[in-house]
Amino acid sequence: MSGMDASDPVLVAVGVTVEFGGIRALDGLSLEVGRGSITALIGPNGAGKTTFFNCLTGIYRPKSGDLFFLPGDGRTIPLTLLSPDRVTQQGIARTFQNIRLFNNLTVLENVLIACHCRMKAGLLGALLRDSRTMREEREMEEYSFALLDRYGLGGQVNELAKNLPYGEQRRLEIVRALATRPKLLLLDEPAAGLNDRETEDLAGLIRLIRDELELSVLLIEHDMGLVMGVSERIHVMDYGKPIAEGTPEEIQRDPEVIRAYLGEG
Amino acid sequence: MTGGIPNANGGVPKTPAKSLRPRLLGLGRGLLSSSFSGLWLALVAFPIVIMRFDATARSIDFLWERLPRLVAVCVAGAIAFRFLLRHKAMGAFRERLSLGASSPKGDPRGRLGRLYDGLSGGRARIPLAIALGLLLLCLPFRSNPYSVSIYTTALIYITLGLGLNIVVGVSGLLNLGYVAFYAIGAYTYALLNTHFGLGFWVCLPLGALAATLLGFLLGLPILRVSGDYLAIVTLGFAEIVRLVLDNLKFTNGPRGIPHIAHPGFFGLDLDKSVKPFLVGRGLLHPNTDLDQVLLYFIVLAVVALTVVCVHRLENSRLGRAWLALREDEVACQAMGVSRWRAKLTAFTLGSTWAGLAGVIFASQITFINPKSFSFMLSVIILSIVVLGGMGSIPGVILGAIVLILAPEYLRFFDDYRMLLFGLIMVLMMVFRPEGIIKATRKVREYKRHADGESGEGAPEEGAPEGAPAR
Ligand SMILES: Nc1ncnc2c1ncn2[C@@H]1O[C@H](COP(=O)(O)OP(=O)(O)O)[C@@H](O)[C@H]1O
Ligand SMILES: [Mg+2]
Repeated sequence: MSGMDASDPVLVAVGVTVEFGGIRALDGLSLEVGRGSITALIGPNGAGKTTFFNCLTGIYRPKSGDLFFLPGDGRTIPLTLLSPDRVTQQGIARTFQNIRLFNNLTVLENVLIACHCRMKAGLLGALLRDSRTMREEREMEEYSFALLDRYGLGGQVNELAKNLPYGEQRRLEIVRALATRPKLLLLDEPAAGLNDRETEDLAGLIRLIRDELELSVLLIEHDMGLVMGVSERIHVMDYGKPIAEGTPEEIQRDPEVIRAYLGEG
Repeated sequence: MTGGIPNANGGVPKTPAKSLRPRLLGLGRGLLSSSFSGLWLALVAFPIVIMRFDATARSIDFLWERLPRLVAVCVAGAIAFRFLLRHKAMGAFRERLSLGASSPKGDPRGRLGRLYDGLSGGRARIPLAIALGLLLLCLPFRSNPYSVSIYTTALIYITLGLGLNIVVGVSGLLNLGYVAFYAIGAYTYALLNTHFGLGFWVCLPLGALAATLLGFLLGLPILRVSGDYLAIVTLGFAEIVRLVLDNLKFTNGPRGIPHIAHPGFFGLDLDKSVKPFLVGRGLLHPNTDLDQVLLYFIVLAVVALTVVCVHRLENSRLGRAWLALREDEVACQAMGVSRWRAKLTAFTLGSTWAGLAGVIFASQITFINPKSFSFMLSVIILSIVVLGGMGSIPGVILGAIVLILAPEYLRFFDDYRMLLFGLIMVLMMVFRPEGIIKATRKVREYKRHADGESGEGAPEEGAPEGAPAR
């Protein structure tokens, strides 16, 4: 297992608090994600997991607290002031709990759009189609195709995203996120709505991505089979606060976790 | 036996009888509720159709004899509409049922789409394009002046439609004030021409530039608001522009600017030098001026240029960002696209084409006043885009032709033109929201690298480089 070294985090959250009206969706959340690890974030519905992703990706601004991203080149990037597109440019990509593909565009175009921030062509390039623009365009098409082909969507490049079966839509969302060339990949319930076989494939895909692309994965998931199977470290939260942290074995034995999941019932 | 229908056999009621009753009941209820909708519609239309304001006598006449017809048309319309809606819902249901059986790759585009494919794709493409080009080139010479001016108008609207298509169709920004930029272009030329004697060719880029600049300046603040607010702000802006033009001394207020020059042709007077020659050989309609023909060709060239530009934009980094913006703003940003920059470029570039069209319009009719730039015009241009097909170049062209040429030739609809217009729009929105010609996406061909053949097990060979470029 690479990157289990806790002293080398890729992401650090310190006391992040988010409020909606009177509701505290996040209540002083602190956690670290180890570089190169697959880390899971679990907790009951409404615990604030998606809210945490939205803070990381610039959609919500926390009321207090800090978020730092360490891409691995020595920089420490504070995330709380960045807009969503800047966050992506810095190297954090995400998927959405409710699939958000560009439905009326082809699979390939979905991925090409994700290459946006790794391309340079501007208005003049688009209109004049000079050789530099065309070369870039061709390279990105080839890159996108290779990515799709590698991760199991090579046969559907010209299909409209909305016409894909559900499982492949989930997969496309992941591939699209990868095309932004992230250092940290955030997956929000990627197994929701998948059957057992598809969930198994997904576990394989997550491991493959991490190993091949040398990135870190932070995963929100309710499917315990998947969580326990792929993640090396698990954070459990409830009511916007972390309640436990550890390896899958430790978490499965933790009385606090068992109470949060099974208790009161 | 709770159904209540007396059954002659006394035995088990037959299934048709059992299912007929609720169906009849449903039909009756449907008819009743559509009739109510129809009456509502009639009530709303009452002031327009029945009441007539007599300006000289300062009184209102009631044309009661129209009432029965109004009610009949409204109720029949509402019933027909409900029927069509049901029909559509059933169609969708059936489609879903049969989805498993028929091939999912089955053409989802409808007959028109396939016909269009057949015409535009494959072998027929080049000869067809040449034939169409020749037709367009010959068209103005043999036509009477009235027809030439209609063709020119249609081409101007195509330009407008393609420009607004960038904003509304491709980027999904609802701009209801597009006509403001059209007005800016037209007034730029009119003022520069009548005050400073600048010619058409100098003013064409200047008018486009003025509209672009204004689009940019307006876009800076208002694109921060989203969705419906944008529609309202742009609508308000267009009204402000119209009111300003109406009240400025400098623009001659409501009286407008007359005597705007036609485009020049290298300083030659074509109608003196070349026209008699062409007419003598039967190559030109005797009443048609070459000035008009020249303008036709200018707009034709602008349209061709626009088509090329829009097509290139759509398949570029920038254009894809616009499409992403339309499809899903949140996801678009998550892909690293600056939402604000994408909006601003689309809005600004759209204005450029309105400015171009404005200059041409002013040079065509040689007299403009603020009345030429009413809100109605924005609606018509928007309808061209929506009716033709959002984001579809051939769709927008067809939409412009249908909406501009048809009313010109179908004068007898005059009074009800706008009503008909609204009706068509509503029907389109419900039954074919993607427009007459649906936008199609580019299909790309790929070959896997030879070493990737082994499939699943293939190691790093096929894998893209993971490291970020920067
Ligand atoms: N935009 C919002 N406005 C108001 N309340 C919100 C918003 N987003 C999330 N919340 C609230 O914050 C809490 C946490 O939600 P969420 O992060 O989606 O939970 P999870 O993803 O863990 O299921 C919930 O109570 C939810 O209702
Ligand atoms: Mg959630």
